Amino acid sequence: MSGLAVSDAVLRGEAAFQAARRERRRATLFALALLAACLYLAGWVSEVNPEVLIAGFPRVTEYFIRIMPDLRWATLFADSETEGSLASWFYRWDAWALLLLETANMAALATLGGAAIALVLSFFASRNLARSQWSYQLARRTLEALRTVPEIVYALIFVWAFGIGALAGILAIMIHTIGALGKLFSEVIENADMRPWDGVRASGGTWGQACRYAILPQVAPNLISYSLLRFEINVRGASVIGFVGAGGIGQEIYTVISFNYYEEISAIVLMVILTVTAIDLLSERLRHRITDAAGAR
Amino acid sequence: MTQEEIARWRARNPRAFGPPPLERAVFWAGMALLAAWLVWVFWLFDITPERILNGLSGLGTIILLMIPPSPGELWLDILQGLAESVAMAFLGTFLAALVAVPLGFLGANNMVLNGLARFSLRRVFDGFRGVDSLIWALAYVRAVGLGPLAGVLAIFTADFAVLAKLYAEAIENAEKKQVEGVTAAGGARSLAIRFGVLPQVLPVMLAQALYFFESNTRSAAILGVVGAGGIGLQIAERIRVRHWDEVAFIILLMIATVALIDWISGRIRRRLIGTADGRVR
Repeated sequence: MSGLAVSDAVLRGEAAFQAARRERRRATLFALALLAACLYLAGWVSEVNPEVLIAGFPRVTEYFIRIMPDLRWATLFADSETEGSLASWFYRWDAWALLLLETANMAALATLGGAAIALVLSFFASRNLARSQWSYQLARRTLEALRTVPEIVYALIFVWAFGIGALAGILAIMIHTIGALGKLFSEVIENADMRPWDGVRASGGTWGQACRYAILPQVAPNLISYSLLRFEINVRGASVIGFVGAGGIGQEIYTVISFNYYEEISAIVLMVILTVTAIDLLSERLRHRITDAAGAR
Repeated sequence: MTQEEIARWRARNPRAFGPPPLERAVFWAGMALLAAWLVWVFWLFDITPERILNGLSGLGTIILLMIPPSPGELWLDILQGLAESVAMAFLGTFLAALVAVPLGFLGANNMVLNGLARFSLRRVFDGFRGVDSLIWALAYVRAVGLGPLAGVLAIFTADFAVLAKLYAEAIENAEKKQVEGVTAAGGARSLAIRFGVLPQVLPVMLAQALYFFESNTRSAAILGVVGAGGIGLQIAERIRVRHWDEVAFIILLMIATVALIDWISGRIRRRLIGTADGRVR
């Protein structure tokens, strides 16, 4: 009797298991079919299919082999006139270093300006400090609009308005930075402790004084840390904004790649990578130090 | 409170009355340095109030010309460019995710025991990350010609390394118990990966790929500026001939598309992560 009951339960369990498995298999198959359809559609729209990819592969490898430097061990440390030396590979390193310095300064100025404006806007865009629904919505929507347009589109437009040069690039990065940082800043401010705020307001402080003395000291380390992170991103952005004539090393990269100066491409890109990595490491150190100091307080 | 009482408090608790002179000096020195740097960069980039004012008035004219946004006569090209951008982002991300899975297994420290190989692999990953996708796009345009293929390859190259790194981390964070279970039941190493590791990491991997798809829709929208296909080409062309109302239209359309993709992908992502959480608990 009991054996029959057990086998009954086992049968039911087995049936439920099979049903669940069928259900999952069907869901997986459906997802795979959807993926395949999307892939087919995307390939059809962009005219990229496996044949094109395979046909392109040898050309890509050939290109990357050509941009590799022709270094020779015997003359590796010879002067820049000798073929196959490091110096001839990087024969314009001083000009590039200057351009990279310019690029980093563009990024720094854009980050500083953007962070300053974002700081002011973020107080209006924080729900806990909002003065009125009207100014809150206005600040929020402004920040959103500023960050949804890519930097390079701003740069394309600003090059017409401000002329070719670093100013257009700096402003383009700055505008985008205001939007991106403003959102992060207001999120930090929304998480701030409100008791100091109540204290300042209760003792007769104005809205501005409360922002300055109750909120800012709490959130400053986080804001600085976010700004440094944005600086790292902006250095990358500034390195390509010259593609549209907005200053920095981008113009040089564009020329070098467009005119197929093969070895210079690898040299310049290597320098960009090294600079970006160095700045990242430095800024990461700084960020950790700032957050540690804030945590210890 | 008398003056001497205040003086006593000041002596006992100097920090309560503001920062000490040394800290103050350091602060003002920093400010002076900052001011000097600002003067230098303004001089370096030739930023003058006159240039800014001229530029702003030019910008005002452009913005006035943007209103009202208009699709222009070639609106079909715009739509096609937009579809091309999304398709580029999708294919690029798909290829990157496909390649990143085996690379992630190679990069994870609980799968491959050779430390040196892993270390150098990760440095290579970092190197790929340092180059903006626009640079890759420009290089691929020279290598395979104008068109979306260059864009797909650029997105792939810029992303597969980062994805591989994230996948490696996901694999490292996977629980070992399942793997041990499969091995204890007599499963081979490949079976242990298939039934012990993959079910844990697959939802995370998919969610990350979707997240990259979202961000790549944004980058794919601008890759056309250097000739790699998509809506960027359309926008750059219209800026060149100063059809500002059409530029505004394309920008609005771009924002709407990005928002739509974010919304769809966000929903799928939450579902995936949700099931992953459900399965773990």
